[in-house]
Amino acid sequence: MSSRDEILARVRGNQPSSRPLPAVPTFDRALPSLVDAFKGNLERMGGAFLEAAAGTDLDALIRKTFPKAKVVCSATPEVAGNRALQSVKAPAELEDVDVGVVRGRFGVAETGSVWLSQAEFKVNVLGFLSQHLVVLLDSREIVPNLHHAYRQRGFFETNYCVLMTGPSATADIEGVLIHGAQGIRSLTVIAVPRPGV
Amino acid sequence: MKRVDHAEASSKFIAAKEHIEFHDMRLWDLRLKRDREANALPEWEQLRSLASAVKEHTLSHLADYLEQFESRATANGMRVHWARDGAEHNQIVFDLLSSHGARTLVKSKSMLTDECAMGPFLEQRGVEVIETDLGERIQQLDKEPPSHIVVPAVHKLRGDVAQVFSRTIGTDPKNSDVAYLAESQRRHTRPYYLSAGAGMTGANFAVAETGTFVVCTNEGNADLSANLPKLHIASIGIEKMIPRIEDLGVFVRMLSRSALGSPITQITSHFRGPREGAEMHVILVDNGRSERLGMADFWYSLKCIRCGACMNTCPVYRRSGGLSYGATYSGPIGVIIDPAFDLRKYSSLPFASTLNGSCTNVCPVKINIHEQIYKWRQIINERNMLPMAKKQAMRVAGKVLASPKIYRAALQAANAGIEYLPRFMLYNPLNAWGRQREVPKGRKSSFRDWYLKNRGKK
Repeated sequence: MSSRDEILARVRGNQPSSRPLPAVPTFDRALPSLVDAFKGNLERMGGAFLEAAAGTDLDALIRKTFPKAKVVCSATPEVAGNRALQSVKAPAELEDVDVGVVRGRFGVAETGSVWLSQAEFKVNVLGFLSQHLVVLLDSREIVPNLHHAYRQRGFFETNYCVLMTGPSATADIEGVLIHGAQGIRSLTVIAVPRPGV
Repeated sequence: MKRVDHAEASSKFIAAKEHIEFHDMRLWDLRLKRDREANALPEWEQLRSLASAVKEHTLSHLADYLEQFESRATANGMRVHWARDGAEHNQIVFDLLSSHGARTLVKSKSMLTDECAMGPFLEQRGVEVIETDLGERIQQLDKEPPSHIVVPAVHKLRGDVAQVFSRTIGTDPKNSDVAYLAESQRRHTRPYYLSAGAGMTGANFAVAETGTFVVCTNEGNADLSANLPKLHIASIGIEKMIPRIEDLGVFVRMLSRSALGSPITQITSHFRGPREGAEMHVILVDNGRSERLGMADFWYSLKCIRCGACMNTCPVYRRSGGLSYGATYSGPIGVIIDPAFDLRKYSSLPFASTLNGSCTNVCPVKINIHEQIYKWRQIINERNMLPMAKKQAMRVAGKVLASPKIYRAALQAANAGIEYLPRFMLYNPLNAWGRQREVPKGRKSSFRDWYLKNRGKK
C-alpha cells in the first residue's frame, strides 16, 4: 500500500465520531471610523500612515519621504519610480531596491493589515527584498475585521497573497522589538483614492 | 531510549540565576500581553469555542479533508507527497533537492522538521541547511534545539547571542546591542536567499476547500525563502487541516494574540499554487498523528495550533526552561504530546506540572491540557514507569491522605519535624520537594485545630 493510502486508511479507521461544523459569524461591531481604526492599528504594528489627495504627485511624495533612496521600483502605474519591473527575469534582481511601491487591494481595520497578491506585486519578492515598502490604499476599501477579510474573493483566485501588517519585525533576542528583521525595514501606507473608482 | 529526567535537566538552567529570572519575566510578560488582547475582544470566548469546534469537526472528518486538500492543491499546480514518518519525510525532501541540484536550503521555522530531525539528515548528505528565523538561527549556530515553539532562543540573554554570533558569523564579541545582532544576522542571511537552490516553510493552517496553506511569521524570512528559489517545499502535519477559508478568520484572529499579544503576525501568507516558473511541493506528514487520533483521551491534543500560550503561562516551564524537557515539544503541550511518541523516554514529563489548569484556560482551541497530564500520570503509574522514590512517596501519601486520623498525626509530626530535623534529613535525594526549594516553615496549629477552636461549637 502506498504511504498515502496507508495514512488515509489509518486516519479513517481512527477518526472520532462525527462532530458538526459551526457557522462563523462576522462579529460586526459599530466602529466610528474604519480609517481611524486602521491607522491606529497599523501604527501600533510599526507602520506609517500618510494621506494624499487624488491627483497628488506620488513620485514626488515618495522622494520626499525617502530622500536617500536610489532605486524606487513600482508595481503600480500610479508611480513611475526609476526601475522597471517588466524586464525582471529572476526575482533576485530586485536585491538593490530601496523603495518598492504597490497598490493594496483592501485594508483591515482590526489589525491595520493590507491585502496584497501576486497580481499587485508583479514580482512577489518586491514586498520582502525591498528595504522599504510603500502601499497605496483607497480608504473606501477597508473592511472592519478579519472575518470580512476572509470573505473576499481574492483568496479563492490567486496563487499567492499576504496580509501585511507593518514592517518585518523580530523580538527573538530578549524580547527587544526590532523593525526591519529580514524583510522590509518600514511600511508606509498612503491613503489615496484608486484612480477611476 | 534513555529516560529524560526533567528535574535533573532543569537544575543547570535554574542555577544560572540571571537567566532563570529573565526567562520567567519575559514569558510572563507575553502572557500579560496575551491577556490584554484577549480582554479587548468581547467575542474572545466565543472565538475559542468556535476554534475548538472547527478543529474537532475537521479531525472527525480528517481523511475526507486531506483528500479534498490534495485534489485542490494538485489542481492548482502543487505536487502533494505523503510521509508516514520522519524518515520518509526527510527522504522525500532530499530526493526533491537532489533532483533539482539544490545544495543549499533556506528554511523558515518549522517544529515539524525538528520533530523529523531533518537538519542532521540533510547535512550528513551534503546539503547546507540555513535556518532563517533569527531565534532558530541562533539555536542552530549554537548546536542546540529550540527551547520554545514560538521564541526559540528565549532562554538566552543578549550576551549569549553575542558569544554565539562572534564565534560563528564573525560579529564583535564585545558588542551585545540587540539591534546590532539582529542587523548582523540580516546581512549574513541575505546572500543565502539570493543563491539557495530551494526554500522551505512549514504551515500553520492548510485549507481543504482551496488547497491553500497559510504561514504566519513576523520577520519576512518565510516569504523570502518561498519567493526567491525556484523550488518551494512545505512540510505540513496532517492535523493542520481546516475546512474553509472563512475559518481562517477565527484562527488568525487568535494565533498571534495568544502567542505574542499582537493582533496578527506582521506577515500572514497564503500559498495556493506555484508562481510562474517555479515548483511548489507539499509533504503531508503523519508521524504518529493518525495513531493519536484513535486515542480516546488524547486525540484532542491534535487541535493544537502551536501558539505557545500554555508554555508562557506555565510556572514549571517558566522556571525550568524548554531544553530541560529533552523533547521537540516542551511545556504543557509537550508534556501531553511527547509521551505519545515515546512513553518510556518521556515518562517524567507529565510530572513537570502542578496541575493548576492555567494552560487549559489560555488555550485558544480549548485543549483540556491539565486533564490530559493527569491521565498520562495514571497510565505511567499503571505501566510501572514511575521512579522508585516517587512511587514509594505516592504509596505513603495515598495511605496518609485516605485516613483523616493518620493524616492529622502525620501533619503534627511533619510540622514538628521541619522545625527540629537536621537539614540533611529534609534536603536529600529521597525528598524531591527539598530540591531547589526550601520547605515552608511548619505551623504550630492546623486549619482543623483553628476551625474546632473558632467555629467548632455552635
